Amino acid sequence: MRIVFKTNYMQDIRPWKDGYQLTLYLILLVVVAAAPWLLDDFYLGELTNVLIWAIAGLGLMVLTGHTGQVSLGHAAFLAFGCYANVILLEAGVPFLIAFPLAGILTGIAGVTVAIPALRLHGIYLAIFTMALSILMDDVIVLAEPITGGVGGKFIGGVDIFGLTIDRWGTPAPFFWLVLAVAFLVTLGYINLLRAPLGRSFIAVRDSEVSAQAMGVDIARTKMISFALSCAVTGWAGALMGMYAGAFNNETFSVLISIQLLMMIVIGGLGSIHGAFLGAIVIGFLPQFLSISKEYVGALFGGSTVAIPGLEFGIFGMILIGFILFEPMGMYGRWLKIRTWFELFPFYRKDMFKRQKSYLKTERLR
Amino acid sequence: MSLLAFENVTLKFGGLTAVNDLSFSVEEGEVFAIVGPNGAGKSTVFNLISRFYDPFAGSIRFDGHDLLQVKPSGVATYGVARTFQNIELFEHATVLQNLLVGRHRHRKTNLLSEVLFLPSARRQELENREKVEEIIDFLDLQAYRDKMISGLPYGVRKVVEVARALATDPKLLLLDEPASGLSVEETTDMRWWIDDIRRQMGITVLMVEHDMGLVSGVSDRVLAMADGAMLALGTPAQVQSHPAVVEAYLGKAS
Amino acid sequence: MDNAQLLISGLANGCVYGLIALGFVLIYKATEAVNFAQGDFMMLGAFVTIGLTNTEYMGLPFWLALPISLGIMGALGYLVDRLIIRRLFGESQTAVVILTIALGFVIRFVAGLIWGHEPQTLQNPLAGKEVRFGGLVLGMEDVAVIIVTILLTWGLYLFFSRTKLGLAMQGASQNQLAAYYMGVPVKRVQGFIWGLAGVVAGIAGILFAAKGSVDPTTGLLGIKAFAAAVIGGFGSLPGALAGGLIVGVIEPFASRYIAAGYSQIAPYALLLAVLIFRPNGLFSQVRIKKV
Repeated sequence: MRIVFKTNYMQDIRPWKDGYQLTLYLILLVVVAAAPWLLDDFYLGELTNVLIWAIAGLGLMVLTGHTGQVSLGHAAFLAFGCYANVILLEAGVPFLIAFPLAGILTGIAGVTVAIPALRLHGIYLAIFTMALSILMDDVIVLAEPITGGVGGKFIGGVDIFGLTIDRWGTPAPFFWLVLAVAFLVTLGYINLLRAPLGRSFIAVRDSEVSAQAMGVDIARTKMISFALSCAVTGWAGALMGMYAGAFNNETFSVLISIQLLMMIVIGGLGSIHGAFLGAIVIGFLPQFLSISKEYVGALFGGSTVAIPGLEFGIFGMILIGFILFEPMGMYGRWLKIRTWFELFPFYRKDMFKRQKSYLKTERLR
Repeated sequence: MSLLAFENVTLKFGGLTAVNDLSFSVEEGEVFAIVGPNGAGKSTVFNLISRFYDPFAGSIRFDGHDLLQVKPSGVATYGVARTFQNIELFEHATVLQNLLVGRHRHRKTNLLSEVLFLPSARRQELENREKVEEIIDFLDLQAYRDKMISGLPYGVRKVVEVARALATDPKLLLLDEPASGLSVEETTDMRWWIDDIRRQMGITVLMVEHDMGLVSGVSDRVLAMADGAMLALGTPAQVQSHPAVVEAYLGKAS
Repeated sequence: MDNAQLLISGLANGCVYGLIALGFVLIYKATEAVNFAQGDFMMLGAFVTIGLTNTEYMGLPFWLALPISLGIMGALGYLVDRLIIRRLFGESQTAVVILTIALGFVIRFVAGLIWGHEPQTLQNPLAGKEVRFGGLVLGMEDVAVIIVTILLTWGLYLFFSRTKLGLAMQGASQNQLAAYYMGVPVKRVQGFIWGLAGVVAGIAGILFAAKGSVDPTTGLLGIKAFAAAVIGGFGSLPGALAGGLIVGVIEPFASRYIAAGYSQIAPYALLLAVLIFRPNGLFSQVRIKKV
């Protein structure tokens, strides 16, 4: 086990533990940034997709993983960001303004939603946001003059200082654009978590009463969390729209909301890593399934027809497995494995044991 | 002028009167204890100060401010910190992070400077850290600094909660049963700490406690309550020998 | 007269929502968990009965298939609790919500594998029969739905408010640990209630499949039924039924009097309004968190 001797408070405040860890992450960043030379166009596209989902996951992680507010409606904000981006671009706003603005507008929309939702807890908030997500579908249809309704909208390449960025025409620059957004969002997220605001999110998540007693304004904190979460989700939505090229009211259905929530649960709630790990599962599961279907088909001579619901079914099983056996998600499992190696042979099974909270009702009658 | 003053405070839940026409005041620099049987309304007094409930009638003043005009999160900004009877720590955070949340009321940075982690945010973090380290030293929590709360034993959690309250730099510290569930040794430690909090840090302490040993050991004045109303007020010895108290509380308990 | 016809068919639909909502509320009342897979339980109940009675499958007589399929559904509910939910004892409510959503996906997938994705109807003795009432023409199925729903709600209501077991269950939901100390067999109660919810879902499924057709995605109706449960005030059985009826009636009227697309929107818009203005539902219980 590497033991870092701390001689300075900055060692706790800076985002990395020591030079070794920093080097590892830098190498990872460089390798990922070099992906256009390492992968063919198809897999580069898949990797881009994973990164976009990771950004969306980071967005939801702020709200659900760190502030403890479960949202089953983030597809609505993906849609909002996507449409905002395209509509601004169509109005002739340059991409470098339209894109940030799309996220900011989504953040404002998020706060507007948060105000009536502030009093709602737990499942009530979940169902509230879920209803929003369902309604978003209909709202897009009703607002046809702006959104194109069922016919949807199309988006081609965008221009950044004369450089055309197009998912199909120039996949490499598009990948770098997505990577840059993912990198900046992650950096901002890390900064947030080591500052008072991020800690107040965690405080609200773990105990509202004592957060309040420490001077944290619960309503305000939740609103800021909603704003940040929705803004990041809006950016992810804008990128998703550019990735898909065409979209309509059904692109961002309530199922996407659910999938997004499941993704961060599988990845590990309350950790930045969780958003990325979950996105890898979401992104590569369809590929993995189609490959294994071909394999099974070749082995038994069966057909390779699509099985409807297979992806969601398998995904559901993975999720159930995680909730039952590893509630801390993939990141939690990774921490355990790492600790096992670091402490070998002194790892104890109950090292990560958590105290169970027995349910007490909040109902009074 | 007293630091904290209750004047004719009454609180009702439906038909039940939880606090009945209660008046008392806490002077700066003293350790003031509230005792009484279960359900006497002791914790309710704390929750009234924390603004979790609105009183039915009466006024609560702190340090020249009308507390009833303040929202719950504003109470801490005036310099009131508290602990909870059933320990309300931030379970999935480290001890250090818990204490740093205590520094929240001193936050000067805004969203933008924190997301970009500008030098001002960095400076603030260093300042917070120094303050928190003082408290960690004071309460001997060095060994637990980077441990998750969810893995800590009960006695340590109790101390962490006091530490988190101290991290806010309060004028008044509310301790809700600081010794409940602690071993004899831990209770003795708690007693010295309460003494030190008052003497070294100059913080006024208001506590609810059942352990009469601890109460008579550290408090200057004691308020005995029953059924939401005051029974007796005075030095620990006076209150302990007060006939009404003996009948309502000690008579039954011992 | 048209409106009356619309009202009756809305009420019959609403009863099905109400029945699913009843399942939600049952589990919530006794365990404070929320079973988002309740709609999929219903879909499964419908398919199990279809598999038993319909001539292209096993072709059992309807009245024989009925108790068998309800038995299967009860057992299934119990097993879900026994094998999955019980392991989450002491975890947060949200974990159960997410888990049951995932369970819903799995059930939909499995149902699709077994019974395919074509809509199917339950062959039943009431099919095609009509009742004339004043100037109204009512399908026998609709009448059956309404009667069964009312009887079931009433029965469950009596069970919870009058019997010792019912009260024990309520106690278990208020404070699991305290109930446990008081000698309430919390785990067995929880298993029983999940079984009961399975049976209720089975009944809902049978009625639904008799009235219309089911396919695996029918389970998504559960979302609407959940909305109904919240509108009625989560935790109250008659409230669940009332919520279901409101949603059932509001749909056809919204599409008739506003515009076709609004039958989808109306229930959720109402849900949002209820959550904002009366977060505890129209028939609410007070909620204050105690420190």
